[in-house]
Amino acid sequence: MTRHGRPPPMFHDWTNTIATIVLGALLAYVAYSFVQWGVVHAIWRLPDGASSIMCRDVRGEGACWAVVVERARFMLVGGYPIDEQWRPYAVCLLFVALYAASLVRTLWSRWLLAFWIAVPVVAVVLLRGRWLGLTDVPSEFWGGLPLTFLLSTAGFTVALPFAVLLALGRRSTLPAIRALSVGYIEVVRGVPLITFLFMAAVMFPLFAPQGVNVDKLLRAQIAFIMVTAAYLAEVIRGGLQAVPRGQYEAAASLGLSFWPAMMLVVLPQAFRVSIPPLVNTFIALFKDTSLVIVIGLFDLLGAAKAVIVDPKWVGFGVEVYLFAAAVYFAFSYAVSRFSLRLERELQRAAGTA
Amino acid sequence: MGGRESSPFQAHVDMQAVNKWFGALHVLRDVTLKVRRGERIVICGPSGSGKSTLIRCINGLEVHHAGRIVVDGVELNDDARTIDQVRCGVGMVFQQFNLFPHLTVLENCTLAPIRVKKATRTAARDLALHHLTRVRISDQADKYPSQLSGGQQQRAAIARALCMNPKIMLFDEPTSALDPEMVKEVLNTMVSLADEGMTMLCVTHEMTFARQVANRVIFIDAGRILEDEAPEAFFDTPKHDRTRAFLSQILH
Amino acid sequence: MIPYAHGTAPPMRTTPRRVSWTDPRVRAIAWQLAVVAALIAVIATVALQTAINLRARGIASGFDFLTRPAGFEIARGLLPFSSRDSYTRALLVGLLNTVRVSLLGIAIATSLGLLIGVARLSGIWIVSTVARVYVEVTRNTPLLLQLLFWYTVTQALPAPSDALNPLPGVYLCFRGLFLPAPIWHDGFPWIDLEQPTLVGFGFQGGTSVSPEFAALLVGLSTYTAAFIGETVRAGILAVGRGQAEAAAALGLSRLHALRFVVLPQALRVIVPPTTSQYLNLFKNSSLAVAIGFPDLMSITNTTLNQTGQAIEAIALAMIVYLGISLSLSAGMNLYNRATLRRGGTA
Repeated sequence: MTRHGRPPPMFHDWTNTIATIVLGALLAYVAYSFVQWGVVHAIWRLPDGASSIMCRDVRGEGACWAVVVERARFMLVGGYPIDEQWRPYAVCLLFVALYAASLVRTLWSRWLLAFWIAVPVVAVVLLRGRWLGLTDVPSEFWGGLPLTFLLSTAGFTVALPFAVLLALGRRSTLPAIRALSVGYIEVVRGVPLITFLFMAAVMFPLFAPQGVNVDKLLRAQIAFIMVTAAYLAEVIRGGLQAVPRGQYEAAASLGLSFWPAMMLVVLPQAFRVSIPPLVNTFIALFKDTSLVIVIGLFDLLGAAKAVIVDPKWVGFGVEVYLFAAAVYFAFSYAVSRFSLRLERELQRAAGTA
Repeated sequence: MGGRESSPFQAHVDMQAVNKWFGALHVLRDVTLKVRRGERIVICGPSGSGKSTLIRCINGLEVHHAGRIVVDGVELNDDARTIDQVRCGVGMVFQQFNLFPHLTVLENCTLAPIRVKKATRTAARDLALHHLTRVRISDQADKYPSQLSGGQQQRAAIARALCMNPKIMLFDEPTSALDPEMVKEVLNTMVSLADEGMTMLCVTHEMTFARQVANRVIFIDAGRILEDEAPEAFFDTPKHDRTRAFLSQILH
Repeated sequence: MIPYAHGTAPPMRTTPRRVSWTDPRVRAIAWQLAVVAALIAVIATVALQTAINLRARGIASGFDFLTRPAGFEIARGLLPFSSRDSYTRALLVGLLNTVRVSLLGIAIATSLGLLIGVARLSGIWIVSTVARVYVEVTRNTPLLLQLLFWYTVTQALPAPSDALNPLPGVYLCFRGLFLPAPIWHDGFPWIDLEQPTLVGFGFQGGTSVSPEFAALLVGLSTYTAAFIGETVRAGILAVGRGQAEAAAALGLSRLHALRFVVLPQALRVIVPPTTSQYLNLFKNSSLAVAIGFPDLMSITNTTLNQTGQAIEAIALAMIVYLGISLSLSAGMNLYNRATLRRGGTA
């Protein structure tokens, strides 16, 4: 009964059966309790304007999904003015389309790269509205899922070129450049991300000239870019090391000087090799954007927490957090599964290079 | 950029008392070598003798520490621009092919002419197809290197080097990584190149190729050139015992 | 090394050298000088502007504040602390809390991770699937969300007056877990157990585990354990099947084969990424600031809110975290090199 690729099972068949029965029973009990709480005794909707007394009565026995149903809109798009809410929804759709397209190999092209840069810009323009003649909505009112998407996508895209420079700098033979690159990477990676967010929230205003008021969202975005660049630099460095030396030599012997050889021969191969860790870094960044709650920005998690501060919904944190977790999970899991498939496709295409 | 003193009697490649060290290891000792236009030179020797290092010094992949190397009138120094200029005129074929796996065969060939020589896309494409036909793999032009056999890849690599219109071709053990069935097709390609008058320096163990094509055979051992003569003289009456020992090993 | 770099010894020239812009060595030095100069210029400009801003806002500079009394209480810590103690002491208490939760977290995460890694490879479908679900769910949701979730769970516990009492002297409520504590005294039997007793709205006596600490510890451990579990699984899979088969052919039981043949070799693959997970756990402990556990980051936050000296406070926190991170990395590198030197590849 050997599974393909795994070591043979550890126990004999009868142990297997007993364990399966015992654990199966345990799991069945847990699942049953969860279904009782989450479905059977749960309250799905409160009548309009009613207080949450119905929910409180069944607390502990039944879930109060009404909090999710009523406040889902808030959790997804934050405190955006209600009549303009098509804008954040449109932004969300744009981002989802971008991610979906990126995971289909046949859609890869220069255009896709351009969209990675364009979509965050379009998102900012659309959310702000001022430049399009729409109602001006300052960034303080942005929140929820669009913020999560924006911070992670723009963070990743802007950090990438800096990461390439850092990775090349780290491999450089010029001692000053190398020292600066190593120093930056090690310091950023040795320090918790949250300190950079604090730095952005509290220190950046002290750096700016008098009267210049830098948007808090922009400050947080800069912090994410700075940190992601260091982590991406290590990924790219790994990719560069994986490119065989013969490739460098072949490009050189054809007369290509340093930058053309890098851009046309070495970096494309380095990136191809690094796709799994690149995707993992993106997923990590996607999850890390939740940290902006500590500096007072309301991404998906922040909006969720704000819901249970409301006296009406105090104490229903479990339901709200489960909802937020489900949203995060849906995206993360989907992206990582697709990237596995992508990786397999690329391996098949490269063959025995 | 260095004046180009070109006369028909000028050596195409002129190495004078070239020395190189790898750390404490003295890999090239006072190597002096003059290659005339159109000459075909086979370089052989035991492993570690410095034969690969020698030809890699000619296109600047290795830096020489003492002596002079003048390629087609241009002296090699540490200036990057001089090196790039020399590399435009010298083509190199590697033991491991080193084709760019993310580009098709055609794109491999047109990359350098477009980017370095600023050729137009159509001109580069025509040139590439011309050379691919010459090495007899024009039907594989739109395939990726991983889809080709070893022999086909090496011929593609030769075409790629030819697309830069080099005056000198360097071969670094071009058939050593090939299965025996494919060695012949690559050697035939090199023979036809030689017949067209290309100046060639070839590091190889294929002694039949040397007999057939080479003007001179050079034997290098421990960084020093021990023999430098015509194939018949080299194979029949070698001057040194080391040469005899080496020949008896590879010719069985 | 790219063939654009220089060789190991400088080339000796027979033609006279002209110092020119085309000489790569001259260009290299020029580049480096330019970059360093640009960096210094940027830093100087920012520093100047910052000094102006600080003066305009009346914020003090320097680290004198460290000796001033903190003026706030810290809920719990290894050192006794009152609001009259200095900021330095406060930060030290925070640091000790960080270290405490990190060490405990590492211990729990490692054990749990080992279990999960082995469970993932189990032939019993239920076991491996449960482990797989655990890993996927934990790795695909943000750590902060999980911490908030666990904290919410602790707050869903009953009030002290209705506290759960699973064992005599052990009380569980939303204020925390209260346990009996040993105290010394003269006379037989020298050690006595002091029981926590309900006084008013809380418990007194005995020792306790705060809900914040519990939530942080559970969250950090379970999160990191998922990653360690995957690493363990990869490590075990990396050991060639031939090893397991050879062990079986020698008559070793499955358990012995795992313990003496597979695991030691797997450890070579497992240790490096696991040590970096430890570092991550240590850095992630800073999320305590979001659930109110008084670790180094929380106390830094309180300090900078009270004194307004954001730059000094954050810089200090960064330096401490960086120092510990780098030492941990260096230590782990030494350990890796020492263990990996013994015995080659599988």
